Amino acid sequence: MDIEVVWAHWGRLMDGAGVTVQLTVVSLAIGLLVAVVLAAMRVSRHVLLRWPAYAYIFYFRGTPLLVQLFLVYYGSGQFRTELEGVVIWRYLNAAGDQVQITLWHYFRDAWFCAVLTLMLNTSAYTAEILRGALQSVARGQIEAARAAGMSRILLARRVLLPQACRIALPMYGNEVVFLLQATSLVSTITILDLTGTARRIIASTFAVYEIYIAVAVFYLLLSYGLIVLFRGLERRWSHHRVG
Amino acid sequence: MPDLHGYGPSLLQGAWMTVNVGLAAMLVAVILGLLGAWGKASSKPLIRFAADAYTTVIRGVPELILLLLIYYGVPTLIQDAAQAAGYTLRVHLNPFLAGVITIGFIYGAFATEVFRGAFNAVPEGQRAAARAAGMSQSLAWRRVILPQALRIALPGLGNVWMVLIKATALVSLIQLEEVMRKAKIAANATHQPFTFYLLASLMFLAITVVSVVVQHRAERWANRGHAAGRGGGN
Repeated sequence: MDIEVVWAHWGRLMDGAGVTVQLTVVSLAIGLLVAVVLAAMRVSRHVLLRWPAYAYIFYFRGTPLLVQLFLVYYGSGQFRTELEGVVIWRYLNAAGDQVQITLWHYFRDAWFCAVLTLMLNTSAYTAEILRGALQSVARGQIEAARAAGMSRILLARRVLLPQACRIALPMYGNEVVFLLQATSLVSTITILDLTGTARRIIASTFAVYEIYIAVAVFYLLLSYGLIVLFRGLERRWSHHRVG
Repeated sequence: MPDLHGYGPSLLQGAWMTVNVGLAAMLVAVILGLLGAWGKASSKPLIRFAADAYTTVIRGVPELILLLLIYYGVPTLIQDAAQAAGYTLRVHLNPFLAGVITIGFIYGAFATEVFRGAFNAVPEGQRAAARAAGMSQSLAWRRVILPQALRIALPGLGNVWMVLIKATALVSLIQLEEVMRKAKIAANATHQPFTFYLLASLMFLAITVVSVVVQHRAERWANRGHAAGRGGGN
C-alpha cells in the first residue's frame, strides 16, 4: 500500500471531484424541471398526455444508464448528416467568415451528451417519485380545498404541492445519491470526472487499489454529505409534525 | 426491420449471458443478504459492526468503482503481497466471476436491508409459539420464521433484481461478452451504433417485462392462503 501516490495526484483528484459535483448539480436541476412536467402529464386525464409520459418513464427506468449514455454519445454518430443539417445559430468570426453551429456540434461533445443523458434518466425516476407523492395526498384535502372555493392553481400551490413535496423529499434524496454515483459512468465517454481521473492516473502509475480506494472514500463522503443534507431538510419540512 | 448484418444471433447470445450473470449475481446477493440481516441482528458488537460497515460502504460507493477495484485491484493486491513475501505471481480474474462477485456483493447490501425488514416484520409471537411447541432454534427458523420472512421479502427482492439486472451492463466494461459488449462489437463493425445500442436496450426492457410478470406470479403464489387485501399489501 503506497499512500504517497494519492497525495501526489491530490489536485487532479479534486478537479475530478469538482466535475462530478457539477455534472450532478446541472443534471439534477434540469431533470427536476422535466420531471415536474412529466409527472403532471402522467396524472393527466388526457390519454395523449398520459401515454407518452408513461412510455418515456418506462423506457428510461427499464434500461441501464450505460446503454442510454452510449445510445446518445455513440449512437448520434449514425445520424451525423442529419444533425449537421440542423443549424442552431450562425455568427461571424474575427476573420469575417460566417460560422454555423449545428446540432452535431452538441452531440459530438461528451459533456453535452453526459448532461443530456443523466438529465433524461433522472427525470424519469423523479417523475415517478412525484407522481407517487401527488397521488398520496389525501383526497379529503383536495375536496376540502375545492369546497372552500379554491381555483385549480391555488389548490395546487397551497394544498397539493406543499404536501407532495414533503412526501417526495426522502425518496428524492435517495435519487440524488443514486445520480451522484451514476455520474461515474460518464468516465466511459471520455469525461474526466472523479472516476475518469482515477482511471487516467492508474494508467500511468499502476497504483490500482490505492487510487480506487481513495476515490471510493471521496464518493462515500460526498454521498453521506448529501444524506445528512436531506435528513436536515426533512426535519425542517416536517417541523409541524409532533415527534 | 433494420439490417443487422448477421449480428442478431450474437446479440441474443449476449442477452443470454446477461441473464446468466444476473441470476448468478442474484444468488450471491440473496446469500449475502441473509448473512447481512443475521449479522445486523447479532448480539455480538463486532459482527453487527461488520454488517453495518458493509451496507454503509456499499451504498456510498458507485458500482463502477467497486467493479474496477475488484477486477483490477484485487489481483494487483495479491501480486504485491506475494512479491513482498518473495514470490512472483500472475493473478487474473475471470470476467464472469469478477462480475458475479462484484454485482452480487453490491446488491447483497440492498438485500440485507430487505431481509432485515422482513425478519423484523415476523411477529415475535410466532417465535415464542414455535419455542413453546418444543422446536429447536434452528428448526423454528427453518419452519416458521424463514418461510414467513421470505413472503414478506419477495416484493423487495423483486426490486433488487430489477436494479441488479441493469447493473450487469457494467460488466461489459471488463470485456465480458454480455449484450452490451456484443452490441459494441456489432456497432463498431457496421457503423450503426444507434441501431445496436437501441436493440440492446430493448433486450433489457424485455428482461424487465418478463421479470415483472414472474414477480407478480411469485407474489401471488407466496401469498396463497392469505386473505386478499391483507397478505398482499406488504
